[in-house]
This record gives sequence, C-alpha cells and structure tokens, in this order.
Amino acid sequence: MESVTKRYPDGTVAVDRLSLEIPDRSITVLVGPSGCGKTTTLRMINRMVEPSEGTILLDGEDIQRQPVTTLRRSMGYVIQNAGLFQHRTIVDNIATVPRMLGWGKQKARARAAELMERVGLDAALAKRYPYQLSGGQQQRVGVARALAADPPVLLMDEPFSAVDPVVRKGLQDELLRIQDELGKTIVFVTHDIDEAIKLGTMVAVMRTGGHLAQYAPPAELLSSPADTFVEDFLGGDRGIRRLSFFPSGRLELTTGPVIPLDATAEQIAAPTPLPPGDRRGRQTARLERAARPDGRGHQAGPAPVPRATVRPGTDSLRVALDCAVLSPTGWAVAVDTDGRVTGVVSQQTIGEAIRSAHAAGRDDERDDEKVAG
Amino acid sequence: MNVLNFVNAFFSDSAHWHGYDGIPARLGEHVQYTLQALLLAAAIGLPIGLVTGHYGRGGNALSLVATAGRALPSFGLLVLMTTLLGFGMLPVMIPLVVLAVPPILVTTYEAMRSVDPSPVDAARGMGMHESRILFQVELPVALPLILSGLRSAAIQIVSTATIAAYVSLGGLGRYIVDGLYQRNYEKVVGGATLVAVLALVTLALFWAVARVAVSPGVRRR
Repeated sequence: MESVTKRYPDGTVAVDRLSLEIPDRSITVLVGPSGCGKTTTLRMINRMVEPSEGTILLDGEDIQRQPVTTLRRSMGYVIQNAGLFQHRTIVDNIATVPRMLGWGKQKARARAAELMERVGLDAALAKRYPYQLSGGQQQRVGVARALAADPPVLLMDEPFSAVDPVVRKGLQDELLRIQDELGKTIVFVTHDIDEAIKLGTMVAVMRTGGHLAQYAPPAELLSSPADTFVEDFLGGDRGIRRLSFFPSGRLELTTGPVIPLDATAEQIAAPTPLPPGDRRGRQTARLERAARPDGRGHQAGPAPVPRATVRPGTDSLRVALDCAVLSPTGWAVAVDTDGRVTGVVSQQTIGEAIRSAHAAGRDDERDDEKVAG
Repeated sequence: MNVLNFVNAFFSDSAHWHGYDGIPARLGEHVQYTLQALLLAAAIGLPIGLVTGHYGRGGNALSLVATAGRALPSFGLLVLMTTLLGFGMLPVMIPLVVLAVPPILVTTYEAMRSVDPSPVDAARGMGMHESRILFQVELPVALPLILSGLRSAAIQIVSTATIAAYVSLGGLGRYIVDGLYQRNYEKVVGGATLVAVLALVTLALFWAVARVAVSPGVRRR
C-alpha cells in the first residue's frame, strides 16, 4: 500500500496516507481502537471501499487494473458474524465461490467436504443449515468458504470477535495450524491486541484518524513500543507477555522430589522421589500442593490446574514462569511430550534464563543496527 | 330462518350448480379476476419493492404512494373508472390493482430491508454480482415476508372482486348483487359464503407455497 488515503464526502478522513508492505505467505494484523480505520484499510484491499488517493499494489500490479469481481474472487473474505447464507446448507455455503467460478456441482461439493475437514468441522454437519450451528462452528464455515477456491490472499475482518474466549482461542489455534499447512497471505483485522500478538507475523498498530502508529513483529512491539500510544494500547504485563517469545528449551533442569497430588499421607511422610521417566508422572499436573517441603496440608486435589507443567522446547518461558508461580513450592515441573516428568526448575533459574534471553535480544538489535548502518 | 338454513338451501338447489349463472362458472370468473389483478399488482409491486429494498432508497416515496393507494376507496374508484372508461374489464382491474399494490410493495421493500446485511457484505466481498446478490442471497431470506405481502393482497382482491358485479360483470359478487336486488337472501348468503371459502382456500394455497418455496434454513424447522 502506497500512501493510501480514504476521505469521505463529509470530510472525515478514515485512513490517512497509509503505507504498508504486507509480506507474502504470512499473517499481517491490523490492530487499533475502534474508528482507527483498520476495517476501512482492509476493505480497500478488495475494493469494497475505493481509496481517495494512493495506490494498492498486489504482486506489483495495481489492483485497480483488473475487474473488481475478478479481484474479489482471488481473495477470501471472512467477516465478524461469518455472514453465512442461511437458506443454504453448510456444504453449499462453502461451495459458493467455486460454483461462481463455474465448477461443476459435484466437484464443488467434494471441495467443500475437504475444507470442512480442514477447518475441523464434522462431516455430519454438511447438510445442516447455519442456524443449527454454534457461533464458533459458523465461523469455521466462514473460514472454509473463504478458502474454497484456494485464493492466495485471505482478508479477515474481526472474524473471532463475536465468539466467547474459549472458542476464540480454539479458532485462533486452528487458524495458525491452517496457515502452517497452506501458507496464505492473510490480512487480519482485530481490536484485540492479544489476538494480534498471538497471530501476527507482523502487527500494524493504528490510531484514531487512520494513522499508522507502529508496524513491527509482535516481539519488537512488546520490547520497544514506538510511542506512548502504542505502549498504552499494549496494556500492562508487557514484560511478562514478551516472555511468550522466549523458548524454554535452554532451561537447566534438576531432579527433585516430585509426588503425585493424590499421594497418601505415608507417601508424603517418606517421600520416594519419582525417578525421571516414571510413567506416573502423568499425574504431575496435580502435584504442586503435595510437593510442599513440610508435607502437610495435603488434600486430594480437584481437577488438574491447566498448564501446570511445562514442556521445555515446546512451551515458552512465559509458561515456565507461570508454572513456577502457580506452584506453592516455587518450582515448575517439567515434562516431556508424553507427560513424563523430566525434572524441576526453580523461579531463580527461570529468572536467569529471562535475563540471558533479554541480553541475547539486545545483541540482536545491535547487530540489526550495524547492518542498517 | 337463520343463516345456516340459507346456506343449506342455496347449495342444495341444483339450479345453482350449472349454467352461466352456476357456482362453477361464477367461481371460475372470480378466480380469473383475482389472478389477473394479483399478477398485474405483483408485476408492478415486486420489481419496485425488490430494487428499492436492495439499494435501500426511496422508502419514503414508497410509503407515500402506498398510503395514497390505501386511501382510495375501491368502490368509488370503480364507479369513477366506469363513468370515464365505460363498461369492461379495465375499470374493474384498476381499483383491484390499486388495492393490491400497496401491501405487495411495502412488504417487499420491508422484507428486503430486514435481510441481515452481513451475508450481503460477505457475498459482495467474494465477488458476487449485484443481481446475483439480490436473487440468490437476499430474496431467499426475504421470501417469507414477501409471500405474506402477496397473500394479504390476494385475500383483499378475492373479497373486493365482488364489486365487479356492480358494473355488470360476473364473479361471485353476482349472487350478492342480484340477491339483494331480488330480495333473495338465500342467494346473498350463498355468495358471501363462497367468497369467504375462496379467501380461506387462498390462505391455504399461500401456506403450501411457502412450505415448498422457503428454504428450511430460513424457516428454521
């Protein structure tokens, strides 16, 4: 996008001289408070809104040069409430664009069935109507419909805003998984900064009046916000949240007494440490209370605390720290991918890991500056 | 003598079942007037309602026309048209069409306006042509309301088409007008009963059409 401006006839400027380079095959998130022009920006890409000034280039070619319907058919479009056609079945909803492109009915339906599987929808839903689906399922159908003709570009306008947080998290994870498989160029609009940081390869923070406040990868956004607006918009816990971008793979584990939370009083009195690799480590999700050094206050635990163990290598330092903080002893329990205990790690060790990760980050930045200089 | 006796006497008289003044012939004429007027009114009301509703413009002008149409008394219009145009089909059709256009026009417009805008936005965003959006996205969802407009128009025509008899045309109104003139109340009640039954049949027909034409996804059943 080169210096794009949208001015409405009444003089309101929705987007002001915005220049943005959106990288191929990655997720670019436009984020900002309501009225910052993020949706207008998105809608200019498929010409639902025509810019007043400036040009938008797609692979080096001005998008004004091709017929508007051709342009739109080469871009998937997902909107907030999914916008499904309620008179059509799920499978026919998904097959809409292929049918428009002249595919045969059989081929289009086969493609729709394939996409239902891809977005995690049960094939039994194919013949249902939209009103019979939950909000999260409808949104999956919306994504499937946008992907149906395999467009290289996907435009998503607050697609997950209308669903509850648990479903939203599921949809976000699903989107990241689909993106891993398909590698589309996705432009994603949201007002939720956490969503932006989670999904974005690049994040464009916009401010009221259609100005671009900062355009950076999420880790950089958290470590060095361009100004106070971006800093305020990022909200609290910036430091903690940044830990999500530090891997926990280099944490040094030590062996220590680890007892299942449902252990009997005798076991606690005479702790026999679970040897690393013990299968019973699956229960470690519930062990924190029992691991208290004095061995008292044990109660049969309720359901395991989610994420109470850390998987070094897979999880970030943020998860490790979270486990350590949640644990009454201050020790996080590390497990491998099968859930077996591999060791424990203290808050202090995690703290040192954070410090060295920060130092490494600063070195990288210095290197960048040298290259730039 | 009560009404039921009149009805019984009217329908059991075999003289009422054949000939040019028989029930089948009069019913046929009445249905014919109704269909003609309804088709004309739909030909005027539906396209205007669909297009104005789709673009969301002209709603005020539309309600003005509709109110004016409703305010015109059908009987007065009939007499006026007959004095202006002479006897014939046209002076009868005009008041019936004027009667039927407003409900069709207004409900069609409102039906199109009440369609959820997000599927329309999605359809436009995926590169669907405007005409296709109108017919394949908005119309199927607006259909139940549009049909209800057509239905109320049809029922109003069925009951008002009786006035055709005043200007020496046929239809079920013939029995009512002639019966009153001849002080043959059996005939009046019989004619009125037939009109009422025809209105109910019309209602049932529209219900059946809605069952077939409206997608289960819109009916939500």
